[in-house]
Amino acid sequence: MMLLSCENVRKVFGSQVVLDDLSLDVGEHEVVALIGASGSGKSTLLRCVSLLTGVDDGTIRLDGEDITDPRVNPDLVRRRIGMVFQAYNLFPHMTVLRNITLAPAKVHKRAAADVRDQAMEWLKRLGLADKADSYPDRLSGGQQQRVAIVRALVNSPRLLLLDEVTSALDPELVGEVLTMIRGLKEEGMTMVLATHEMGFARQVADRVVFLDGGRVLESGPPAQVLGDPVEPRTRQFLARIIEAGRL
Amino acid sequence: MTTELHRPSEIQLGRIAYRRRQTIRSVLLAALSTAVVGGALAFAVTGAPGWDRVKSSFFDPEVARKYLPDVLEGLWLNIRLLVVCAAAALALGLLVAVLRTLRGPVFFPVRALATGYTYAFRGLPLIIVLYVCTLGVPGLRLQGMPSVLVLGGAALVITYGAYLAEVFRAGIESVHPSQLAAARSLGLTYRQTMRHVVLPQAVRRVAPPLLNDTVALQKDVGLVSLAGPIDAVRAAQIATAQDANFTPYIVAGVLFVLLALPLIGVTDWVTLRAARRQSAGS
Repeated sequence: MMLLSCENVRKVFGSQVVLDDLSLDVGEHEVVALIGASGSGKSTLLRCVSLLTGVDDGTIRLDGEDITDPRVNPDLVRRRIGMVFQAYNLFPHMTVLRNITLAPAKVHKRAAADVRDQAMEWLKRLGLADKADSYPDRLSGGQQQRVAIVRALVNSPRLLLLDEVTSALDPELVGEVLTMIRGLKEEGMTMVLATHEMGFARQVADRVVFLDGGRVLESGPPAQVLGDPVEPRTRQFLARIIEAGRL
Repeated sequence: MTTELHRPSEIQLGRIAYRRRQTIRSVLLAALSTAVVGGALAFAVTGAPGWDRVKSSFFDPEVARKYLPDVLEGLWLNIRLLVVCAAAALALGLLVAVLRTLRGPVFFPVRALATGYTYAFRGLPLIIVLYVCTLGVPGLRLQGMPSVLVLGGAALVITYGAYLAEVFRAGIESVHPSQLAAARSLGLTYRQTMRHVVLPQAVRRVAPPLLNDTVALQKDVGLVSLAGPIDAVRAAQIATAQDANFTPYIVAGVLFVLLALPLIGVTDWVTLRAARRQSAGS
């Protein structure tokens, strides 16, 4: 059984079809990179999977359970899915530590001391222990994004969704975030990431999926999709990326 | 690391000295212009043909001393009423604002009621609400009817609750949707998201306008005197009628301003502290 399975998902905004009959399976411990031009539906797909927005047709299954069924409580589904956003979305009125411990304490009802220890351990590992009591504004973008990833991880999600997590970062800060994600892959975390970093997709992804017009146009090992794509549209897209100096 | 050892260059020392001279110069200029404007104002007022009459009927120290206790007693009522009404109106406003944000068909009646309430009571003059509450409601002759003071307080709470609800709602709507997305993606329920993520940010943002409305409320609590209870302004009015001298009004006015100062100070302090905490680290 696939950990995540999207079947014929359709999503429409007004008259614009953003996801068009899209199907995608993700196995356990698999890392899938979604690539494609802006507006190809990468972010929308992630938002649909995390139930931040509803689908207009099709089915999304998490561990076999149909999470797009209206009778399912979305709060319970979201507990099993971690999500990291392009703009970090840390809570500005809370310290770094509180940002991380909020959900474990309030949602998962875990003991405060236990949650605190786990959060501090993460922060130490990332060299951010001295920032525990700082407010997010005082951190660099790379530090904020790593805190946001920890915030998602302390809930022990089955699946981690990463939505262009390095797009808002200065180039020299991208590395620290990518290193962290690479570490997560080694620990076996299942991840779906939307990205513009083709180099990173090549390194960390087990599979690269090229979205175009809300459909999966091409999917396969990174070397094949990025190195020797079958579809002309994929070639075109990659040519533009190379032109922009991002591959 | 080396900031303490750094010795400013000649150029920088020159700049510092120049800025210091400029500061002294602008302070002197400000003092001079204040003296000129103040002197001109004082001359215009005290030099006016009717100044002596105005002085004796508005600024009579004897009259002020005589009626100060009466006005103070009235002010004590204002203060008690203000504290209770402000707390109740803030709570009501917050509740109504949150109710207005609820989504889903189940909450339609609640939402409609909350919306209708804010529309009606922001438009309705306070005095009419006061009369209806203090004169109309007792007319029902129900068992256990509270005192006129409580009914008047209720009128104030209902009216100000509507204003404050709109201020709170503006605050709630100013919190970026991405904050909600982040909270919900962590598995927080709508309630938990409101309680821990949206409201703390919203309230901090609207603290100054909330306080502004509280200062306005401070002046309006005195209107309960229309129904009988004697507040500071009403006490001043009675005193004025006794001696045919307006000084008690000035006394009451000064006391009201003094009462507003700490309130204003507190909000400034709260706003500043929140801003500093979030942007200046630990």
